[in-house]
Amino acid sequence: MMITEPDAAFLAELTGLAGPSEDLASLRARLAAEAEREGLLDVAYRTVSTPAGDLLVAATPRGVLKVAWPTEDPDVVLEMLAGQVSPRVLHAPARLDQAARELDEYFAGRRRVFGVDLDFRLAHGFRRTVLDHLPDIGYGSTASYAQVAAASGRPAAVRAVGTACARNPLPVLVPCHRVIRSDGTLGQYAGGAEVKRILLDLEAA
Amino acid sequence: MPPFEQIVTEHGAAVLRVCRAMLPPADADDAWSETFLAALRAYPELPPGSNVRAWLATIAHRKAIDRHRAAARAPVPAGALPDRPSPHGIPTEPDTGLWAAVRALPTKQRGAVAYHYLADLPYAEVGRLLGTSEAAARRSAADGVAALRRSYAGQETS
Repeated sequence: MMITEPDAAFLAELTGLAGPSEDLASLRARLAAEAEREGLLDVAYRTVSTPAGDLLVAATPRGVLKVAWPTEDPDVVLEMLAGQVSPRVLHAPARLDQAARELDEYFAGRRRVFGVDLDFRLAHGFRRTVLDHLPDIGYGSTASYAQVAAASGRPAAVRAVGTACARNPLPVLVPCHRVIRSDGTLGQYAGGAEVKRILLDLEAA
Repeated sequence: MPPFEQIVTEHGAAVLRVCRAMLPPADADDAWSETFLAALRAYPELPPGSNVRAWLATIAHRKAIDRHRAAARAPVPAGALPDRPSPHGIPTEPDTGLWAAVRALPTKQRGAVAYHYLADLPYAEVGRLLGTSEAAARRSAADGVAALRRSYAGQETS
């Protein structure tokens, strides 16, 4: 028996039966809402536009987990979260409404302290200790790496403070941009030196 | 393991095609949602190297069967019912054309067409889903496409 291959045009019509893409977009939004309700949304993320570029912001049910600068590849960030936290990762903006609103207010110069819950599970040991001390540096002021090392209980660990700031999973929300060099120069920043300047200028205004 | 969002991006459209081939429009969207919610629940335990498309098609296949069974069990209403808004809203698409022709195929042919041509699964997987051999799945798909060409072409010219 011979089976004839169906002709290409007919097959294209058959496989083109996708339905409008807006159907898929609304189904994906519904999936995110149902996943949240069922307790299956381990990591929700969205992007937040700011004058310093688009931030990728991710949260567990406990709080905001990660803020990523445009210098980080979003696919790599999401893969890291899938590996280190849970592969149940979905684009689900609703959980990040408060974080997005507070970031908007901060970049508009209308907010000095963040109130959104944070999840620090991506920072461990001394790096976590350093992050705990950063909110002590108030809006509009700065501290040196050496001062933060002393406040964190290890005055000699100046380089380790630099590493803790560079790997801060929650930049802006945890103000590592307020840590500068003892000579007054800005030093490095994960989001780029020019972004550090934007944040400090914003807070100085 | 890739983030689940990536699984939805890569396979969401194919699973929606399968659901629409197997179920009427109002049920298809619900089956898609149930499929991906069940997949999200089980995803962390999915063995590495699994064929994700086939795994999703298996879940969608079961959801479609569940819905067919539920529809068969549902009591037929006697007498007139009061008008009320449908919980499903306005169907996104009238039940006509090629979709309706696919849904009107005999079960095995419809499954073979959906899983091979709409979900792009190899015939070995299609056979496993339909409980037949790879060769039988290949024949069902060919028969299904031939039947579609006859019925759908007939519709267009009539």
